Amino acid sequence: MNPLRKQRLYALIAVLIGSLLATWLVVSALSENMNLFYSPSEILEAGIDENVLIRAGGMVKQGSIEKSKDSLNVRFTVTDYQNELIINYEGILPDLFDENAGVVVRGNLRTDGSFQAIEVLAKHDENYMPPEVAKLIEAKE
Amino acid sequence: MGSPPLFYRWSSKIMPWLGILAIIFLSAGLFWGLLIAPTDYKQGDVYRILYVHVPSAILGQSIFMFMAACGLINVVWRAKISGMMLKSAAPIGMSFTLIALVTGSVWGKPTWGTWWVWDARLTSTLILFFIYAALIGLYSSIDDKTKADRAVSILSIVGLAIIPVIKKSVDWWQTLHQPSTFTLTSSPSMSPDMYQPLLLCVIGFYLIFAFTLTLNLRNEVIDRERSKNWVKQIFVN
Repeated sequence: MNPLRKQRLYALIAVLIGSLLATWLVVSALSENMNLFYSPSEILEAGIDENVLIRAGGMVKQGSIEKSKDSLNVRFTVTDYQNELIINYEGILPDLFDENAGVVVRGNLRTDGSFQAIEVLAKHDENYMPPEVAKLIEAKE
Repeated sequence: MGSPPLFYRWSSKIMPWLGILAIIFLSAGLFWGLLIAPTDYKQGDVYRILYVHVPSAILGQSIFMFMAACGLINVVWRAKISGMMLKSAAPIGMSFTLIALVTGSVWGKPTWGTWWVWDARLTSTLILFFIYAALIGLYSSIDDKTKADRAVSILSIVGLAIIPVIKKSVDWWQTLHQPSTFTLTSSPSMSPDMYQPLLLCVIGFYLIFAFTLTLNLRNEVIDRERSKNWVKQIFVN
């Protein structure tokens, strides 16, 4: 390669490294803020004030969903398999909301340590399969 | 292939084949995916939008990497055709990124319960869309085509840093978007009768890109070389 081209190539590599470095700095400076939600453990550790709007997320604990019979009130437990958080919500739940499925809720902590949600989003996992396969897996377990 | 007249002649022969192959792969993939593939155990039929969403997202990112490669060749070797290629690929990549954002949003409403959420995957993809827009804007703001080529070449190299962020966003941070179904290290967490049609769609989308890129590039070549003899010869005869 002739010297001029080599020089241009090195300059471009420097530009790319600079850009990657800048992106990395921005991303690491934002690090925690880049997370969409807190896990129940993080909420316990952080000691977040009530009335601060936050998002919490985790798995819906099996057998924890209590639906009110005469209103849209619902109460369920979100777990990260270390700590748990009780969620209160009034409204329509997304179709994919279920036990042992991921969920992200937005709202604030209450004085009794439970969480008052104003929005519930279902988190989908990376698994896709036909219903027959899902039944087979369930039967095996 | 580096010289414009050679490219023009060579592309006339290859273009129809690219078009035919694209139609075959895409119609087979979409027919199989949308009508024959089984429904999902959890999402039902809504999941089928991935046969458009996933290939568009893949293309949105690969086209940017392709453009950065063109940019590198353009800056280092000053090959004219690579600059035209970069310029011709930009609107295609931007369109695919937009399709990925819109189809993702349409899928998100029934599945997650919201059209949009500012999580790392969605936000970084939106940034990619804006980088495409910036690139096209920068190109059209410079009159001298050679200078415009060089400016967007450097911007494409700078913008390349967003690609690993998009790719790894679902692993580095907690997001609403699910982690990758397909990874190099483990077998895909999707049943084969669902991912086989997806594979056809991805190939079909790449072929559409190749076809539209050739189409755009031929226009660009004729436009820039219009005062040259070889162009006059084509259009006089």
